[in-house]
Amino acid sequence: MRRIVLAAVIALSIAGAAGAVQPDEILDDPVLEERARALSKTLRCLVCRNQSIDDSDADLARDLRLLVRERLVAGDTDAQAMEFIVDRYGEFVLLKPTRSGANLVLWVAGPAMLVAALLGGFVYTRRRAAAKAPPPLSAEERKELTEILGD
Amino acid sequence: MLTESAQFALILAFLVAIMQTVIPMIGAARRNPVWMSVAEPAALTQFFLVGFAFAALTHAFVTSDFSLAVVAANSHTDKPMLYKITGVWGNHEGSVLLWVLILTLFGAMAAVFGGNLPATLRARVLAVQGSIGAAFLGFVLFTSNPFTRLANPPLNGQGLNPLLQDPGLAFHPPFLYLGYVGLSMSFSFAVAALIEGRVDAAWGRWVRPWTLAAWLFLTVGIALGSWWAYYELGWGGFWFWDPVENASFMPWLVSAALLHSAIVVEKREALKSWTVLLAILAFGFSMMGTFIVRSGVLTSVHAFATDPARGVFILMILGVFMGGALTLYAARASILESKAVFSVVSRESALVLNNILLAVAAFVVFFGTMWPLVAELFFDRKLTVGAPFFEAAFTPFMVALAVLLPIGALLPWKRARLARAMRPLWPAAVLAVAVGGLVYTIQTGRSMLGPIGAALAAWIFMGAAIDLWQRTGRGGFGTKLARLTRLPRADLGRIFGHGGFGVTIFGIAAMLAWSVEDIRVAQEGETFSVAGYDITLADVRQEPGPNYSAIVADMDIARNGRVIARLQPEKRTYNVSRMPTTEAAIDNGILRDIYVVIGDPQQGGGWAVRTYVKPFANWIWAGAIIMALGGLLSLSDRRYRIAAGSASRRRRPNQVPAE
Repeated sequence: MRRIVLAAVIALSIAGAAGAVQPDEILDDPVLEERARALSKTLRCLVCRNQSIDDSDADLARDLRLLVRERLVAGDTDAQAMEFIVDRYGEFVLLKPTRSGANLVLWVAGPAMLVAALLGGFVYTRRRAAAKAPPPLSAEERKELTEILGD
Repeated sequence: MLTESAQFALILAFLVAIMQTVIPMIGAARRNPVWMSVAEPAALTQFFLVGFAFAALTHAFVTSDFSLAVVAANSHTDKPMLYKITGVWGNHEGSVLLWVLILTLFGAMAAVFGGNLPATLRARVLAVQGSIGAAFLGFVLFTSNPFTRLANPPLNGQGLNPLLQDPGLAFHPPFLYLGYVGLSMSFSFAVAALIEGRVDAAWGRWVRPWTLAAWLFLTVGIALGSWWAYYELGWGGFWFWDPVENASFMPWLVSAALLHSAIVVEKREALKSWTVLLAILAFGFSMMGTFIVRSGVLTSVHAFATDPARGVFILMILGVFMGGALTLYAARASILESKAVFSVVSRESALVLNNILLAVAAFVVFFGTMWPLVAELFFDRKLTVGAPFFEAAFTPFMVALAVLLPIGALLPWKRARLARAMRPLWPAAVLAVAVGGLVYTIQTGRSMLGPIGAALAAWIFMGAAIDLWQRTGRGGFGTKLARLTRLPRADLGRIFGHGGFGVTIFGIAAMLAWSVEDIRVAQEGETFSVAGYDITLADVRQEPGPNYSAIVADMDIARNGRVIARLQPEKRTYNVSRMPTTEAAIDNGILRDIYVVIGDPQQGGGWAVRTYVKPFANWIWAGAIIMALGGLLSLSDRRYRIAAGSASRRRRPNQVPAE
């Protein structure tokens, strides 16, 4: 039963995605609204599964959207508005993790792996280029080959 | 009675799978033909037993047998027949059984079509496949038994999640599983080859069709899922970098890499050890995906901790198979020495680069998906890795891949000269830059994604066309055209696959860069204009459905005073779950989709209405279909059929030719 409830909760949080921003939330100033939308796309709806507040229909997402707009109307820069929200909700709210501390590993892992792989690939191809060609087929292998091809 | 027989069949299948693992493996080591020959009938028996169990479960769903716990929890008598059937895999137990059914199907196919394999390799492949079957049948029997009865059956079931009551999502899991599980064949071949100690061109040729099939099913499965998200979730998003999506995307990337490296093994006997490793990892990612989806570990660490039986079981399977295979690889890889010689600029090297980009891209997705877990466990930081991270960290790899693809596809084997390979490509490069520039000037001041995407797409698409034309060789226009119709299917497959990739890139870039959105309150009868279209909210009314009630809106779309479509978006509330879902209405077009959604009634009267104009949206999935078609063409190439044909001839060596 508990599992069913859990499944229902998850399902609800997805279903809640039916288009998020409500007409009454939209700011009159199109420049501010544009900034609010851009910020909303990088903020997580905390009660949903991996959704931004821009995509979610949940009440909490609506509250956060209104909060973002409130801050922007009050004259905050984008960075100040984000800081305001992270201070209250923690870094869990950020869909794009910061580069601070251990998170640096996350950001560096891909490029580092690419450099390592490129080096490895280059060394491998260089070695292949320098390798000696294999000896020609032995009489036995040649016989087997004609057998297969002639069949 | 049927249910009990099915339960018994599953137990029997489990025992058969164990037998299929042990006896042929020992037989192959001792070169005992009788022991080895156990593998094929065992694989077929296993398939029929699991098939019977699956049919029995389907029967229980169709007849609404609520004495079964799964049926009671996931079905309802009012549900349309289609969703009673697809509801079989719309729950944990049923979907794991489907997984096992497809696994045994692949095992049976390997038994039927494996006639041309050397006897020991065939026995070992089927033995490894049997061991995977045993592990997952154990998982079904011990943690996820679909045939558990209820002591007090309810009068009616709790219904299927309304979101799953949709044709797009109904067929999404079977395709995805065909892909996931198809990779188990590549894995079995890799492990069998490591035990044999031999990987040669023939091995590459045997592995490739299985990988191709798996990749092609994954492509279709992912495309279906993304298309479903597009039309069902109500705002036209098509990819969310959700852990569950990433779980299917990682095997796709790795299998795409494997597909290309297996060519190098087949044609040039190089990259052998790397290909074996990729084959192991590809299935590892598949199982990882199954683990992510089935254990709930990424939804919340706590959800996992309170009911860890299933997650731990899959993790154990993953650990045993990956640990075992990788240990075997470490011990044996050194004997898989390459003999081929090729220069740094050659098709071989281009395919190495392809593999590097695809594999590292898969690694980035993997790292991003797992990072929240790692951060919470080891650094005590609760954080999220969402779409913005993946867009920033993943996209560069695809851009690099797109830039290099047409050049790599034209490089000759062994030794190439870059300037010479580029010569036929210059027109494509010039055209691509021109397209990018043109798009840039037209769109003025919007995201650079549009021009870059358009340029890359033109580059890949033209590159594929030039590739095709080059394949027709020298001679006059007529002879080239005649040769075009006789090209090997594998060549056509490559060109379709690459061309489709270009189409998808363009669709994604166009959708992200040029979508137009309009959110407003509209009164009934009101007309408003979005991106050159006049939209009228003609009527809103309440209508009953088979197992839901709906608010239906009539919306007329007009352009220059002429009505081009009447769209009927709905907002449904399902009777059993009381859950609301949005059914967007879409006017599909080649150049754009018009996407309308009806929202809630507003306090001051009128309705919340959302309108989106999504340029080239359908190109995303059209590209995926073209890619899958390429896979199909390649799969039907003559050389795979010839190999099968020669095997049947070889099996009757004493026959006297007719002539």
